[in-house]
Amino acid sequence: MGRRVLITGIGSFWGGRVAQALEQDPDVEMIVGLGVDEPQVPLERTEYVRADQSYSILARIVRATQVDTILHTFLIVDSTHATGRQLHEVNVIGTMNLLAAAGAPDSSVRTVVVKSSTLVYGSSYQDPAWFKEEANRVHSPKTRVERSLLEVEDYLRDFAEDNPHVVVSLLRFSNVLGTDIETPFTKMLQLPVAPSILGFDPLLQFVHEVDVVRSIEYVMTSQVPGAYNVSGDGKLPWSEVASICGQRLVPLSPVLTGLAVAPLGMLGLLDLPPELLALLRYGRGVDNRRLKQAGFSYRYTSAGAVESFAEASRLRKTLGDQPGYRYERDVENFFRHSPAVLREV
Amino acid sequence: MAASKTTTGGALVPIRTRIPPETLPNPRRSDVDEWGRSERARSLARRVYDPLYRRWFRAEWEGLEKIPVDGGALLVANHAAAIPSDAPVIMHGIETELERPVYGLAEHLFKALPFVGTGWSRLGGVAAHPENAYRLLREQRQLVLVFPEGAKGTGKTYDERYQLRRFGRGGFVEIAMRAGVPIVPIAVVGAEESMPILFKVPAVSKALGIPYFPVTANHLLFGPLLGSVAYLPAKFKLRVLDPISFDVPPEQERYSKSRIMDEAESIRVRLQENLYDMLRTRRSVWFG
Repeated sequence: MGRRVLITGIGSFWGGRVAQALEQDPDVEMIVGLGVDEPQVPLERTEYVRADQSYSILARIVRATQVDTILHTFLIVDSTHATGRQLHEVNVIGTMNLLAAAGAPDSSVRTVVVKSSTLVYGSSYQDPAWFKEEANRVHSPKTRVERSLLEVEDYLRDFAEDNPHVVVSLLRFSNVLGTDIETPFTKMLQLPVAPSILGFDPLLQFVHEVDVVRSIEYVMTSQVPGAYNVSGDGKLPWSEVASICGQRLVPLSPVLTGLAVAPLGMLGLLDLPPELLALLRYGRGVDNRRLKQAGFSYRYTSAGAVESFAEASRLRKTLGDQPGYRYERDVENFFRHSPAVLREV
Repeated sequence: MAASKTTTGGALVPIRTRIPPETLPNPRRSDVDEWGRSERARSLARRVYDPLYRRWFRAEWEGLEKIPVDGGALLVANHAAAIPSDAPVIMHGIETELERPVYGLAEHLFKALPFVGTGWSRLGGVAAHPENAYRLLREQRQLVLVFPEGAKGTGKTYDERYQLRRFGRGGFVEIAMRAGVPIVPIAVVGAEESMPILFKVPAVSKALGIPYFPVTANHLLFGPLLGSVAYLPAKFKLRVLDPISFDVPPEQERYSKSRIMDEAESIRVRLQENLYDMLRTRRSVWFG
């Protein structure tokens, strides 16, 4: 029997991407996509269920579909689009409901994969050059997004302890770049000039969106429990990132930086949340060797991810934005369930 | 529900084997490595610094052959001068004489300062974190330089010169044990007189959040600006002491605290004795 998989946040970038990848896998028998929003990418056989963002109906879905695997891709890591309340509802309450459903006494769930972020390590001048998975952050978290992600990880640790029969994998991704993803980094790198902090040129790591999807698929299929950092090899200074993207840097004041960027944010020119300002000052490095030892191989280095992003944005500049996919419920239902469609192999 | 029909032949024979690791494209534009060092910046700095090292400080080494030519080793030295002049002398000396890179560990605070932090990192400095030291020593088998006295050593006033301060909590011994590398002590004479502190202004350092705010002899001689960067031409003498190896298994979670403190203290005493010995034979601060 093949795997029965539930993906959260099917309407988000990652949920859609992961579902697309799993549809190609003949070992995956059934995919349920849960989401507040409709899928943004064309999906062949994923069943989309609209749910509120805290997943209150999740226990019912798990019981009804008897899924054995949950891929939790719906954690907000970009705080520029979310209010504090949303962060709490989606990240903390959503995960809590998800794990409650997965840990119910008669639950069929045997694998849980959570997509978190290296934001949990923070970024400060007292950091080691490389964070290992078991390392603790140096300062207590000050930003909302970091606090909510740490709370999620706490829930997950408890869940793993209480449910030893479930393989729990936690993936912490560094800054994602690629051809399609939009993050605070891609937005900065597509402005006429990119911001930096005067006197600082931090070392940064990146991971390509392809490797994000591949690593989620990898830990799901090879069943490797534990926490893993996911980041391309190598580090590069921010100035070099800008230069690969053909960007000029405009330095911001190193003192009272938050105050200096606040008016830019209000004008809608540039939204730099505190966790990003810390990154532009001190950078962050994570040790990516544990996942490699578990057998995963990357397709992109940090510099390779930046290059791939730069090429894609040059292409976009020439062609303009291409019309995207639009979800039509009736059409999708027709192809999936109408007796008129021949579905034999 | 049945799987959707396969449209391509390739998907009929799914490739499940792991892709063998190959070298991935790594399109770099600068030569800044993963520690933040830039070879170009370093070679430029070496060219600029070399006359200062040879003509101004006239650094003279004794026992340089005791520094291992390969494998990791932790170099430990006494620390002095308001803006420490000993770190560049030791690093430049070993890098030019032995042609081995030295990674100088410095106070985290460095990293928080604009320009200074980035500059120090490009030239070969690394933040003093046990994880960083372990990685350099054990995994990358490099030479690492630490000053166990830290800012307590450089913040000494002139009347306290060559009196070694407490060696922290012995963290450097623990790192050497865990990394399984020897400790090589280096006694340095001359740094104390290159920028001696006359007195400190605690109110200013507290306001700026820095360890100390010194008023130096250089300030009186050269003025507040030039005096903050110009060293007096004290003669540098450096003596490398016998390496110390520990007969404990590496990579242990923890080591006996009493053993660590004993080893740290014995290294401190040896350095102190050698400093007294070198001062006994020194005829002139400026000519050695």
